[in-house]
Amino acid sequence: MSVLVDKNTRVIVQGITGHQGSFHAGEMIKFGTKVVAGVSPGKGGSKFQNLDVYDTVAEAMKLSPDATMISVPAPFVKDAALEAIDHGIQIVYILTEHVPFHDTMEIVHQARRKGITLLGPNGPGITSPFLCKIGIMPNQIFKDGDVAVASRSGTLTYEIVEAITRNGFGESTVIGLGGDPVVGMTFIDVLKMFEEDDKTRKIVLVGEIGGNNEERAADYIKKHVSKKVVAYITGRSAPPGKRMGHAGAIIEKGMGTAESKIKAFNSAGVKVADYPWDIPGLLR
Amino acid sequence: MNLYEYMGKEIFRKYGIPVPDGYVVESASGVKKFDKPVVIKSQILLGGRGKSGGIKFAKSQADLDSGVKELLGSKIRNLTVSKVLVEEMLDIKKEIYVSIALNRAERVPMVIASSSGGVEIESVPEDKIFKTLIDPLIGYSDYIGREATNFLKLEPAIGSQFRAILSNLYRVFEKEDCELVEINPLVITGSGKLIAADAKVVMDSDSMFRHKEINIVDTEKTPLELEAQGKGYAFVELDGNIGVIANGAGLTMATLDALTLHKGKPRNFLDLGGTDNVDIVVNAFELVMKADPKAILVNIFGGVTKCDTVANGIVAAKDRLKISKPIVVRLSGVHEDEGRTILKNDGIEAYSTMLPAIERVAKIAGGN
Repeated sequence: MSVLVDKNTRVIVQGITGHQGSFHAGEMIKFGTKVVAGVSPGKGGSKFQNLDVYDTVAEAMKLSPDATMISVPAPFVKDAALEAIDHGIQIVYILTEHVPFHDTMEIVHQARRKGITLLGPNGPGITSPFLCKIGIMPNQIFKDGDVAVASRSGTLTYEIVEAITRNGFGESTVIGLGGDPVVGMTFIDVLKMFEEDDKTRKIVLVGEIGGNNEERAADYIKKHVSKKVVAYITGRSAPPGKRMGHAGAIIEKGMGTAESKIKAFNSAGVKVADYPWDIPGLLR
Repeated sequence: MNLYEYMGKEIFRKYGIPVPDGYVVESASGVKKFDKPVVIKSQILLGGRGKSGGIKFAKSQADLDSGVKELLGSKIRNLTVSKVLVEEMLDIKKEIYVSIALNRAERVPMVIASSSGGVEIESVPEDKIFKTLIDPLIGYSDYIGREATNFLKLEPAIGSQFRAILSNLYRVFEKEDCELVEINPLVITGSGKLIAADAKVVMDSDSMFRHKEINIVDTEKTPLELEAQGKGYAFVELDGNIGVIANGAGLTMATLDALTLHKGKPRNFLDLGGTDNVDIVVNAFELVMKADPKAILVNIFGGVTKCDTVANGIVAAKDRLKISKPIVVRLSGVHEDEGRTILKNDGIEAYSTMLPAIERVAKIAGGN
């Protein structure tokens, strides 16, 4: 078993003719993902590799997609996401960064009403080695295994996944939540899925400063998670009031500090690594 | 994106939220004829202006002229005052508080109100604060205002004004893409009118493509940070001596954390972002060199950004910018072997993992 996606997951790419969309669609196909079509308004009738490109999601629905990757410029993300949600595509992943959070709020709540899973914006997507990859994680860092990873970051996730793989472990599912203040999924949402997933035996959470997603996750772990959970928190050296790259990574009025998150995890029995490369050691 | 008070008040006026009569002055010649007592408020993006001497009161033309002269061009905590707002002095009977902010955990707007205004809302006891969440797909409805006025125990004539203000404030929050709209204090005047004596409006910087009329320089950013922003980099200046270039916000933050744990002091945060381009690397070096670090650490996990591209960028930057300072490099991921060969030919040894690179650069920068 895997979480959310498997070898039968049928994926479309909205924005497949763009620079990012075409590159990552190609990488996903190489990974083994069943990409079934592309959507690019104005480019209907063209081809991507041997796949049909449509103007609208409505036309692509005849290929019964289960998931979509949205890689369109930020001003058009809300429209593209609402289009996918309206047609009932079960998993909507948004790659784009700099989406206004008011747009994301509307997408999040519309997805919630329709029972649709929303990943991102501004995250690396989801990978289950070697069944399905939707998103931009590098293909070569994975190994099949029993460690599930959820992260608010991109390259830092690759760093940690690579360390896990290099040290003889493998991954069941890796999920990037996204680096924005408003994103589709929380650590609690993924913890629920990882706890129920037969294949996952250990869980790694990669958090960062800002918000209280980690503190809430720690509370949830105490009550509901039986599997081993370890964590890494980045941003402990960040000065208050400065946004550190991700729009969500900021310490405001003393809230959302690394100390608070580490303390919360420790109180839930979750060991927190000082460095990304210490994660495999904590998994032993 | 923090707006100046006068800009916030212009928006409030546009949306029907009552604000005091007033005008903005940029030079002494802009002062109008005195006809009633006024407040002169420095337009800077800092809290606690009053305590720092940035607000003056005038009861005569002479007070007004000298007050404006004193404030314009003065420095408040390092920021130069280039504009003041001259406003009618309000007859304050009571001060209350109202705001709408993003609640990150619930991913919805949250209304906060209190009958204790004019002080920091954090200092007000929890049981004196009204809080409620709004479904962003449905928006504001009048019952929310009725619950708030009930909680605040406002008399009917004030309550109806409050509900109109709250409804309009929600429209500002939504239409102007705000992270925060705050009126503190919202003044109840002697004649029973509600007026927004202050305006704090923070807009989402990612929404600026649909608010082209807003054009302000973020005064919380340093000149180098503004230059970097103009070039599209996520860049933050810090007070250490190790220049840092990495890819991805999370990995860059993790690099700063690891340096700090090894007693290394980062000079900056710089995220190359997810673009595979030699010039982006060269321009990043140019920015970091302007910060005059003692040594530079490059930490790359290649994916979309490939290691050989970064290596070519490092070689080009060294050459074009004539960098003689030590550069320590870590390359891992896509095309790392190619990248390592390129650097080796230029006399730079690249590590494949983070730890030895961190230790090396911390040692170079720490040794005197």
